[in-house]
Amino acid sequence: MGRAKRKPGPLARRPDNSAFKQQRLPAWSPMLTANTVLPFFYFMALICMLLGVWLLLTVQGTQEIKLDYTEAGTCDKCFEKRKNVSSAAESCICKVVFLVEKPFKGDVFFYYGLQNFHQNLRRYMDSRDDGQLVGRKSNLKEPSSYCEPFAKDQNGLPIAPCGAVANSFFNDSFTLTYYGSSGDPVKVPLLRTGITWYTDKNVKYRNPQIDNLTLAQVFEGTAKPLYWKKPVYELDPLDPTNNGFINDDLIVWMREAAFPNFKKLYGVLYHDKLFTDGLPAGNYSIDISYNFPVQYFQGRKEVVLTTLTWFGGQNYFLPIAYLVTSSLILLIAVILTVAWWKFGKKGKNMEE
Amino acid sequence: MARESEDAGIAKASKVKRQRKKKTKENKTRIVHANILYDHAKGEENPNRHYANNKIKTTKYTVLSFLPKNLFEQFHRFANVYFVFIALLNFVPVVNAFQPELALAPVVFILSVTAIKDLWEDYRRHRSDKEINHMDCLVYSRADKRYVEKYWKEVRVGDFIRLRCNEILPTDVLLLSSSDPDRLCHIETATLDGETNLKQRQVVRSFFELDCDFDPLKYNSIIECEKPNNDLNRFRGYIIHRSGRRDALYKENLLLRGCTIRNTEEAVGIVIYAGHETKAMLNNNGPRYKRSKLERQMNVDVFWCVIILLVMCLFAAVGHGLWMFQYGDKRPVFDVLSPEGTDLSPIMSAIYLLLTMIIVFQVLIPISLFVSIEIVKICQVYFIHQDMDLYDEETDSHLQCRALNITEDLGQMQYIFSDKTGTLTENKMVFRRCTVAGVEYSHDANARRLAMYQEMDSEEEECTSHGGTLPRRDSVSSHQSARVVLRSHSTKSHRRTGSRAEAKRASILSKHTAFSSPMEKDITPDPQLLNKVNECSNQMDFMRFHSQSMSQLPSDLSDIIDFFIALTICNTVVVSSPNQPRQKVWAKVPSQSPVKTIEDFIKRFTPSRLTSGSNSSSSSNSTLTKLDEEHPGSLDHAFSTVLPCYDGKACTPEEGELRYEAESPDEAALVYAARAYKCSLVGRLPDQVTVELPHLGKLNFELLHTLGFDSTRKRMSVVVRHPLTDQITVYTKGADSVIMDLIKPPDTDTAGRKRQKKIVFRTQSYLNLYAADGLRTLCIAKKILSKEEYACWLQHHLEAETSIQGREQLLFESALRLETNLHLLGATGIEDRLQDGVPETIASLRKAGLQIWVLTGDKQETAVNIAYACKLLDPEEEILTLNADSQVSSSNQNFTDSINPSSSPLSSSSFHTTPFTVHRLGLVIDGRTLAYALDKSLEDKFLAIARSCRSVLCCRSTPLQKSMVVKLVRNKLKVMTLAIGDGANDVSMIQVADVGVGISGQEGMQAVMASDFALPRFRYLQKLLLVHGHWCYSRLANMILYFFYKNAMFVALIFWYQFYCGFSGSAMIDQWYLIFFNLMFSAFPQLITGTLDKDVSAETLQQLPQLYVNGQNSEEYKPYMFWMNMIDAIYQSLICFFVPYFAYAGSDVDLFTWGTPITTLALFTILLHLGIETKTWTRMNWLSIIFSIALFFTVALCYNASCPTCYSPSNLYWTMQRLLQDPLFYLLSGVTPVAALLPRYFYRACQGTLFPSPVQVGRQLDKLPAETRRNILSLSRVKVGSPVHLKPPFLSLTKPSPKGYAKKDQRSFPTSKISQAKQMPVLQTDEEKGQRSPVGPIDSEKGLLDLYTLVPTKVDTLASTKEAPTFAREQQNPVTKDSECLDKTLESSALSLSSWITSTPLLTQADSVQLALPPHGGSQCVKYTRNSEERLSSDHTVHPVHRTEQSLHTTL
Repeated sequence: MGRAKRKPGPLARRPDNSAFKQQRLPAWSPMLTANTVLPFFYFMALICMLLGVWLLLTVQGTQEIKLDYTEAGTCDKCFEKRKNVSSAAESCICKVVFLVEKPFKGDVFFYYGLQNFHQNLRRYMDSRDDGQLVGRKSNLKEPSSYCEPFAKDQNGLPIAPCGAVANSFFNDSFTLTYYGSSGDPVKVPLLRTGITWYTDKNVKYRNPQIDNLTLAQVFEGTAKPLYWKKPVYELDPLDPTNNGFINDDLIVWMREAAFPNFKKLYGVLYHDKLFTDGLPAGNYSIDISYNFPVQYFQGRKEVVLTTLTWFGGQNYFLPIAYLVTSSLILLIAVILTVAWWKFGKKGKNMEE
Repeated sequence: MARESEDAGIAKASKVKRQRKKKTKENKTRIVHANILYDHAKGEENPNRHYANNKIKTTKYTVLSFLPKNLFEQFHRFANVYFVFIALLNFVPVVNAFQPELALAPVVFILSVTAIKDLWEDYRRHRSDKEINHMDCLVYSRADKRYVEKYWKEVRVGDFIRLRCNEILPTDVLLLSSSDPDRLCHIETATLDGETNLKQRQVVRSFFELDCDFDPLKYNSIIECEKPNNDLNRFRGYIIHRSGRRDALYKENLLLRGCTIRNTEEAVGIVIYAGHETKAMLNNNGPRYKRSKLERQMNVDVFWCVIILLVMCLFAAVGHGLWMFQYGDKRPVFDVLSPEGTDLSPIMSAIYLLLTMIIVFQVLIPISLFVSIEIVKICQVYFIHQDMDLYDEETDSHLQCRALNITEDLGQMQYIFSDKTGTLTENKMVFRRCTVAGVEYSHDANARRLAMYQEMDSEEEECTSHGGTLPRRDSVSSHQSARVVLRSHSTKSHRRTGSRAEAKRASILSKHTAFSSPMEKDITPDPQLLNKVNECSNQMDFMRFHSQSMSQLPSDLSDIIDFFIALTICNTVVVSSPNQPRQKVWAKVPSQSPVKTIEDFIKRFTPSRLTSGSNSSSSSNSTLTKLDEEHPGSLDHAFSTVLPCYDGKACTPEEGELRYEAESPDEAALVYAARAYKCSLVGRLPDQVTVELPHLGKLNFELLHTLGFDSTRKRMSVVVRHPLTDQITVYTKGADSVIMDLIKPPDTDTAGRKRQKKIVFRTQSYLNLYAADGLRTLCIAKKILSKEEYACWLQHHLEAETSIQGREQLLFESALRLETNLHLLGATGIEDRLQDGVPETIASLRKAGLQIWVLTGDKQETAVNIAYACKLLDPEEEILTLNADSQVSSSNQNFTDSINPSSSPLSSSSFHTTPFTVHRLGLVIDGRTLAYALDKSLEDKFLAIARSCRSVLCCRSTPLQKSMVVKLVRNKLKVMTLAIGDGANDVSMIQVADVGVGISGQEGMQAVMASDFALPRFRYLQKLLLVHGHWCYSRLANMILYFFYKNAMFVALIFWYQFYCGFSGSAMIDQWYLIFFNLMFSAFPQLITGTLDKDVSAETLQQLPQLYVNGQNSEEYKPYMFWMNMIDAIYQSLICFFVPYFAYAGSDVDLFTWGTPITTLALFTILLHLGIETKTWTRMNWLSIIFSIALFFTVALCYNASCPTCYSPSNLYWTMQRLLQDPLFYLLSGVTPVAALLPRYFYRACQGTLFPSPVQVGRQLDKLPAETRRNILSLSRVKVGSPVHLKPPFLSLTKPSPKGYAKKDQRSFPTSKISQAKQMPVLQTDEEKGQRSPVGPIDSEKGLLDLYTLVPTKVDTLASTKEAPTFAREQQNPVTKDSECLDKTLESSALSLSSWITSTPLLTQADSVQLALPPHGGSQCVKYTRNSEERLSSDHTVHPVHRTEQSLHTTL
C-alpha cells in the first residue's frame, strides 16, 4: 500500500508490528523424532557408560569394615544389662575383636552406627533449641518451647542442652587397639576433634560467654539432660576446649541423620608411627564403654572403619546407577533405531 | 477516597430514606419538581431530595472497605479458603509442620497479588469517575438568574441545565427548549448503542409554542414519570402544568446521559434522572465471568488431587499409628512425648499426624495454579489484542476480549451459530432492482457498476495507481470535506486522499452519515424506468399546470410516481446538506405538528381547506416560490439532468449534495435509489416532508402520521396529504410476506381489480426471483383514505396515543387498523453484500470440523441464497427443508402429527444412511417450524436430523428462538458453542452460547456489549479460532497438566520419605523450599511456556484447519492424561528420591544435606520435563529456565548463609555451600534427571517418529522450507480438504443451487425439466393436502404439466445427464462416477422415499463441479453465476424454474 507515512490519528490503535507482540520471536523448535533424538541417545549412553566405569573403578579402591557390636564379643552381657532399667546407671565395658585382612590406605574414618534409630522423626528433630546451642544466655535459662517436654527438669531447672535430640545423645565410647605382628597392643590414635563441619563448630554451636567465668559457672542453674550421666561442660575431660555446646561428639550427634540406619563420625585416624599410611593389616580390638540402650527399639549398634573416595564412602550404587542408566538409554536407542528403520522412515510428513 | 466513602455513606443513608419513603408512600412513579422553586428551603423541603444526585461512583472499594471487602471477595474462591485454613492450621502446636509465619507466606502472597490487581483496577475507575464528576455544565441558578457553570456531580434532579452543541449530556434530561426553529434537538447516541447516526429529540409539546427563550423562572409544572429503569427505548410520563393540563412525555423528549448534542446550538432541559439512576448507568453492567471448559475439566482433576491428598494423608496417618503401635509400651528414646510429658496414644498421634500431613502435602493442591492461569490468560488476551491480523484498518479497530478468562474455549468450539445480516454480510445495502406495477426493471447498468466495485474490492492493493478509482476517491473525499464542515471536531486528516484503503476507511469512519460509500449512493437508473418517470412527471406537471385532477393519470404511471414518492417519504431518513446543516435555511413554515387532537384535526381539515385543493396546492406553490426566491437556481440545478456519478465517468460531485442519515441502511438505500430517478428527498421536518420531483419541483407532503417500523408488523407506514391530489394517502413499506396479505384489489371496478390481481401475481413472482437472488425484498403499497375513514381512524389513534397504560399495544392495534386494503405499487430488491472472505472463512472453519449453523431473521429464500453464496450450503448437498407453515395454518394441532410422521422416517433414514450422507445434507428450517421443532417432544428428533446435516440454516427466527436453538444444542449435545452476531437481535444468542462473539459493525454496540469477544469482521473469526484458539487451548492445557505433574512429583518425594521416618511427617525438603518451590523456583518457565509456546505456526494452522480438531476433541488434555501424568510424576519422584537415597544410604549424611540435593534434582527434572514439553524455545524460555535455576541457588545460598538460628525448627546453615563442594552432588545431578525423564523422552520420540499426531505433522511441516511446505499443503488441501468430493456416493443426488438452475435453464433445458418432474410427487402431495405452497399456482401447474408429459425414469435422468453437451467441458470422471453412485443408491434399499424426494436427484454437475474447482475463488464463482443470471433475467419470466425448490419445502 502506498501509505507515505503512518499517521498517528487514523491508525492509532494499530498494534505494533514487533516480533514479540506478533508472537514471532525467533525460536528453536526441536522436533522429537528419531533423527534428532537418536544421536543424543547414543551420546548420552556413551557418557554415562564412561562415567559409570570410572566410578566403579574408584569405588573398588576403597575398603570398609562394619562391625555390629550390639551383642558381639563380650558385649552380650552389657546388652542384657541395658535391658534392665534398674541397672541402667551401671557402667559396662566390653571388647570386640576383629581382623583386618588388607591394610587400609590413606585416611581412615572411624564411625559408630545405629540401626533403626529414627533421628528423623519430625517431633524428635524439632525438639531442640538452636538459640540455646548458639550460646544465647536467654535461651540457656529459658529454652524454647520446641524443647518440650525436655526443656525443664522436675525441679524446674532449664535443661542445657534441651530437647530430645540432645537428651538421646549417643554415649558409648570406643578405644581401638592394634595387635601388630609382635602381638603387643598398640592403641590406634584417633583424632576426636575436627570431625564436625567447620561452620558448626565455629558458628552454629557456641558456649555462652560470660567474662571471667568458667564453663561450669556459666552453666550453673541449668540441669543436665535426663539421660545424661555428666553435665555438658564435662563431656570431654581430656580437652577443656572441647566441652559445653562445642563438644564435637555433641555437634555430630545434633546433626540429625536422614535415615533410621545411619553412622556418625567418631574419629579419624591420626597418621602417626605405625599408622602413617593408614591401618595396617592385622588383628584389632575395640574396647567399648557400653552405655547406649537400643533394645527398646530393636536397634543395632555398629562401628565402621572405612576409607573414602573423592565422592564418598564405599558405595557401589552410584557407579551402578550410571551403568544401568547407560544401558537403558542404549536399549531404548536401539529399539528406536529399529522401529524407525522399519516403520517411521517413510515420509513422515506426507502422512496427512 | 475518604471523602468518597463519606459520600457513599450519605448516598446509602439517602437510599435507606428512599426505601422508607417507598414503604410509606407507595409511589410507582417519580415526581420531579423544579429545583429553583425550593432553593431557599435548603433541601429539607425539596421534593427532589430523595433522588440520587449526579455524582457517580463506579468503584468497588473505599480506603476503609478495601481490605475486608476484597478479602471477602477473594474468599469466595474456595481454593483461597483452603489455603488460609492450612496456613492457620500451622499455628496449632501439635500439628504444625512449618514455621507458622512462613506458612502464611504463599497465601498472603497470592492474596496480595490479587488485591493489588483489584486495587489498581479500582483506582483507575476512581480516576475516571473523578474526571467525569468534574466535568462542567451550565445549571440555572436562581440567585444569579442565569446559567452558571457547575460540576457534573453537583447537578441534581430538578435542575435546569443548558446544553450547547457538541456537549455531552450529564444526566437524563427532559428537553424543554431548543434553539432549533423546529424545536428539535439532535443527539448522537454512539456511546449508548453505538449507532452513529443522529437522532432527533423533540421539545416537550407544551413548550413547543414558546416563542421567546425558555425562562426557568416561569416554569412551574410538575413532571411525573417512571421510576428509573434501564430501558433505553422507553420513557413514559406526563407533565402537569399549573393550569392542570397534562401532556404526555415520550422517549422523544428525553435526552440520555452520555449522548452528545449535535447540530443544535442550544437546548435547555430539566434533569429527570441523575447519576446512577440514569438509563445509561443502569445499562452499564460489569464484565461477565464465565468458566471455560478446560477449567471445568481442571476442577475435576483438582478434586482428584484432593482425594489423592487425603489418601496419602490417611495412609501416612495409619502408618504412623502402626509404627507407634509396634513399639508397644516401651517408648524408644527418639520418640518424643507430648509437650506435657504425657504419652501420646498411637491413635491420637495418628490423628495429629493427619493434620500435619495435610499441611506438608498441601503443595499437591497447587496454590499457584489459579494465579498462574490468570496470569497466562491475561498474557494471551494481550497477544490476541496485539495481533495485527485481527486489526481492521478500515475502522481502526481491533479485536476486543471482553471476557478475560475463556480464551482457551476458543480452541474447543464445535458449533458456530452465526447471524447473517451484518455478520456474514456487510449490512451495506445496495439497491439492485425493482418492480413497479408488475413490470420488472432489471437495472443491468447498476448491476454492472456493482460488479465493478466488487472487482475493485478484490484488487484493493493496486488501486492507488489505478486510474479507475480516482473518481471514487474524489467523491469520497468531497464527501469527507463535507463532513468536516459539518463536524468541526472530526479529524481533518481524512481529507487527505491517500490510498484507496484509506479512503475506504475514511468513508467508514464517516459512517456518521450512515451512507457514504459511493457504491451505495450512486445508483445507475434503469433507462426504461427513468423514461417512464420523466414521462409521468411531465404529464403531472402538465396536469397541474392545467389544474386537472391528478387521478386521471394512467394508473401505471401514477403507480410509478407513487412508488418513488413512497420510497422517498416512507422512512425516517434525515436529510442534511453539507453547507446547510439540517434545513436550517428553510423559511419557517407555519408550524404544523402532526395532528394530535381532534380539535386540531377539525381545525386543520375544515371543509374549506379540504375541498379547495387549489388552496393547498397554492400553499405548496407558495412555499415553492419562496424557496425559489431564496435559492435562485437551485431548482434549475436540480432539474438539469445531471446523471448521478458512477464509476468510470469522472463527474463533478454536486456542490450542495444532500446526505441522508437513516436508522437502517436499507432505508437510505431506497432513498438514494429514488434520488437516482430524481425523486429526491430534500427535507424532513416532523410535520412535513419535502420531495423534489422532476418537472414538478419541490413538493411539501404534509406528514400526518408516521407509524414506525416494528418487527411484529414488519412494516412501516406514513400518512401524508398528497400535495398534488390533496388526498390523504397512506404509504406502506414492508416485508412482502405481510404486505401481500394486506393487498386488496378494489371492489368497485373489475378492470382495476383484474389489473391489481395481475400486478400482485407478477410482483410475487418477481419477489421470489429476487429472493432467490439473495436480495432483500420490500413491498411498497399505498392506500388512499377518505376523510371520514381518516377521521374515524384518527379518533381511535388519538385515544391510543394519549393513554398511558398499554399504549404500545393500543398503538399497535391502531396501526393494524390503518394498514389494510392496500394497493400494491411495487417491490424492491436490495442487495446485502457478503463481507470479504466469508466463504473462505466458512470453508476453512468447516474443514476445522466446526458445525456452522446460520440463524437469521431473514426470509428463507434470501437466507438460502446467501448461504449458497458464502458456501455454507454446497450445491452438491441435499437440502432438507422443514417448512410447516401450511400445516400450521390449517391447524396447529395437526402440526405435531404431521411433522412426526415426516420427520421420524426422515431421521431414521438419515441414520440408516449416516455413513453416506452425514456430510451431504443441509437443513433449512423456518421460524414457525422451528417453534415446533424446539418443542420438548420434538427437540430430540430435530437435533437428530440437524446433527446428520452438514449445515443448518434457520430462517425467520426470532431472537428468542436463536437463543433457544443455541441452548438446545449446547445442553443436549453437550458441545461447545459459539454464537456470533452483530445486532441487538443476537444478544440473547450471544449470551447463551459458551463463547459469544460480537461484530462491531453498523448495527450498534449491543451485541458487542453482550459478547465475550468483539471482532471487526467475520473473517477474523478464522484466525481467532484456528490460531489463537488453538494456541490458547494447547498452551493452557499443557500448562495445567504440567502443573498437576509438577506438584504431584514434588509431593510424592516427601511421601516416599515417610516410609523412612516412621510416617512422622518430617520432610527432607526444607520448609522454605517446600513453600517457595511452586511459587518462585519453578513458576516462571511454565508461565513463559504457557504464554509463548506455539505447537504449530500460525501459517500452518490456518492452512491446515484440520488441526483445530485437536482442541475440539480435547486431545491435549484428556482425563486419562491426568493419570498418565500422575504415573509419570510418581515414576520421576521415585527416581529422584531413590537415586539419592541409595547414593547416600548408610552414610553419615544428615537430613537436609541429603534433602537439598533432592530438591535440586527435582527442580532440574521438572524444568527439563518442561523443556521436553516446550515446542518452541525462544529467548524468553532460555532466560526463564536459567533464571529459575539461578534464583534457586541464590536463594538457597543466601538462606543457608544468613542465620544459624532464625528458621527453627529447621536449620540448614551452610548446607548448600557444603553441597556445592561435594562431587557426589554433581554426579547425582547428572544421572538422576536423565533417568527420570528417560521414559517421557522416549515416548515423545516414539510418538514423533512412528505415529505423529496431526499437530506434530503440522510442526514437522513448519520446519520444512517454505517451498516444499507450500507444495505439501496444496497437496494435502486437495486430499484432506475435500474428502467429500472423493468418497461419498451421493454426488449425483445433490441439490443444485438456484444459480445452477438459472444457468442450466439456458444450457440444458430438458434436464431441468426432468429435475422438476422429479419433484412432482412432492408437489402432488402438497396439492392433495390442500396446502398452500408458497410458490404460487403457476409453478405447480407447470410442474404438474411436466410430470404428465415427461414422467421420466431415473435411468432417463442419467442418460440425459450424460448426454448433456455442456458437461463436455468438465472432466468426464465425476459424471461417470456419479452415475455409478446413483446406481448404487438405487440399489440401496435403505434409502427411504422421503429422503429421495426431498433431494433433487439431478445434479447440475456442471455447476457443482465448477464451483468446486477453483481452490480459492468461491466468490468469483458466485459472481460469475450471478452475472449469468442477470443476463438470463428475462428468461426467468418464462421459466421461473428455480422456484420449484420452494415447493420442496412443504415435503415435511
